[in-house]
Amino acid sequence: MTSILGISAFYHDSAACILIDGKIIAAAQEERFTRKKHDPSYPYNAVEFVLKFASLKLNQVDQVVFFEKPFLKFERLIETYMAFAPSGFKSFCMSVPLWLREKLFQKKFLFDKLKKHDENFIDIERIKFSEHHYSHAASAYFPSPFNEAIILTADGVGEWATTTLAIGKNNNLEIKKEIHFPHSLGLLYSAFTYYIGFKVNSGEYKLMGLAPYGTPKYLDKVKQIIDIKDDGTFRLDQRYFNYATGLTMTNNKFNDLFGQKPRNPQTDEITQFHMDIAASIQKVTEEIMINLAKSAQREYKIKNLCLAGGVALNCVANGKIHQENIFDNIWVQPAAGDAGGSLGAALAFWHIEKKNKRYVNPNDDMNGSYLGPEFSQVEIEKELKSLGANFEILSYEDLINETSDFLSQQKAVGWFQGRMEFGPRALGGRSILGDPRSDKMQKNLNLKVKYRESFRPFAPSVLREDLSEWFDIDTDSPYMLLVANVNSNKKIEMNEEQKKLFGIDKLNIKRSEIPAVTHVDYSSRIQTVTKQNNKPYHDLISKFKEKTGCPVIINTSFNVRGEPIVNSPTNAFNCFMGTDLDYLVIGNCILDKSKQDPSLKKDYTKEFELD
Amino acid sequence: MLSFIKEFIEFLRYRKKYWLIPIFLILALFGIIIVLSQGSAVAPFIYTIF
Repeated sequence: MTSILGISAFYHDSAACILIDGKIIAAAQEERFTRKKHDPSYPYNAVEFVLKFASLKLNQVDQVVFFEKPFLKFERLIETYMAFAPSGFKSFCMSVPLWLREKLFQKKFLFDKLKKHDENFIDIERIKFSEHHYSHAASAYFPSPFNEAIILTADGVGEWATTTLAIGKNNNLEIKKEIHFPHSLGLLYSAFTYYIGFKVNSGEYKLMGLAPYGTPKYLDKVKQIIDIKDDGTFRLDQRYFNYATGLTMTNNKFNDLFGQKPRNPQTDEITQFHMDIAASIQKVTEEIMINLAKSAQREYKIKNLCLAGGVALNCVANGKIHQENIFDNIWVQPAAGDAGGSLGAALAFWHIEKKNKRYVNPNDDMNGSYLGPEFSQVEIEKELKSLGANFEILSYEDLINETSDFLSQQKAVGWFQGRMEFGPRALGGRSILGDPRSDKMQKNLNLKVKYRESFRPFAPSVLREDLSEWFDIDTDSPYMLLVANVNSNKKIEMNEEQKKLFGIDKLNIKRSEIPAVTHVDYSSRIQTVTKQNNKPYHDLISKFKEKTGCPVIINTSFNVRGEPIVNSPTNAFNCFMGTDLDYLVIGNCILDKSKQDPSLKKDYTKEFELD
Repeated sequence: MLSFIKEFIEFLRYRKKYWLIPIFLILALFGIIIVLSQGSAVAPFIYTIF
């Protein structure tokens, strides 16, 4: 038996995963345990969890693989400072001491941290390093259901690479082309995220959600700062940016070009200008991704595409690539961000270094991304009792039946079942569910349950067998990483007066039979659900369909704005009592808010720093 | 520390980036000064340099 521990850490979204004989056994992000969103620290709790899940002590682990190479990153840092000198001196003075003090000695640093799990772990040479984008590419290819694929990865930056094109065949994975820092699609998107007043590295989703409210009026201006070639490769005009050596993403020249200063989220409202900017950068991102995909397909003539890296979380762009019919099949790694790097690093070591044969799983090898902790019914009841919760225990059939009743009565339901998801999306393991037919649900869930901006859309979970009847797509999207339009027979067309409405005003118009999951441009970020992937969730939606005729429900992550998705029954109960959730369904227990001790309610609005 | 230096030299050789050696040495020197200067008696010395 060979076990490999993969670790990603020290930038954002640190995580750990464990493979046994090449099979993914467990994976989790540190933020879920420490309750600090995007926690970048050494993933002590995540490592503890994966080791415990695999019933291993660290000393029994054959190899530990870190997801990136610190020396290469340091090389990039030094060369960048040299290229931009003398500007960047302040940033240089801040970052170089940190590197010289600890980051450069990451192997030793990791070794010391690892020893805290097991003092018998004494062999530092068991620690290996993979390249950042190679880890991403491996996380996209090796678990995919293909034995040959083109792999596109794009994110902010790893060591040098920001975008790579790789070819995977059997157990080989070779990077063919790279675009290097400072030319980065991820950083371009983050620069606009910063400009619109959202947090870099977490607000990119909001920018994508804001885009449909605007029109891409600023396309020409965006193209002044990025030179896009026909094959999708690009160069950013560094005169407009400040991220290479500065402490902000953009500079005054950037502000002058677009005519406004970056929005201050504390004082400035989101206006039509910001929506139009969001629409413009989204359009450019889609153009680049589509062109990269097209040129790669033209050159290598392979019919499967795998995607990873933070940019692969841009499900709108993924959906556009799918619509273009460039490839027969597309598979996106559900933990496409840096957390998934831990998985890729371990898989790369198993297949590339150890040269182990690859067995292709036709349903993919991610176990539906349900790779995190789970709690037995006994543990759940014990934890709930200790919290003073009032709950009922139901049989499986009654639980599904009652929960579907709550949903059809348009109640907001916290749904906590089985193993936690790995990656940023909740997929029916740690989800908040609602009725998508209600035209009030989007606003209510956003403002009263999630405490987040009212413009943000919700995603639907749909039975796979009913997908094409409701949405203009007929392919698996188990990880909520493809966007498609609601079918025309389910749409409610806007009248002339409604069409003239701008921005968020459009949100109040009922646009389809499932308005709560229909964005203003009729798009939806779809999760397809099969019995094989998640039986309880499939049974629940089936029951809901039986009662309402609708095989679609709202699925949003079980958390509030700024909070990591709940991990334990305690986290779930706290979130339940801190928000306007009506019911919590956890294992076989059902909790009714009206029957809880009012003194257990808490002010949850200030519990987490807003993102 | 020795294994770190060995690995770093190996890295420079593999990447053919020998020209980084003097930069790295100067940085290491300044790095040590900066680290030492944090709350120590070396602080006034560093102000005269920058």
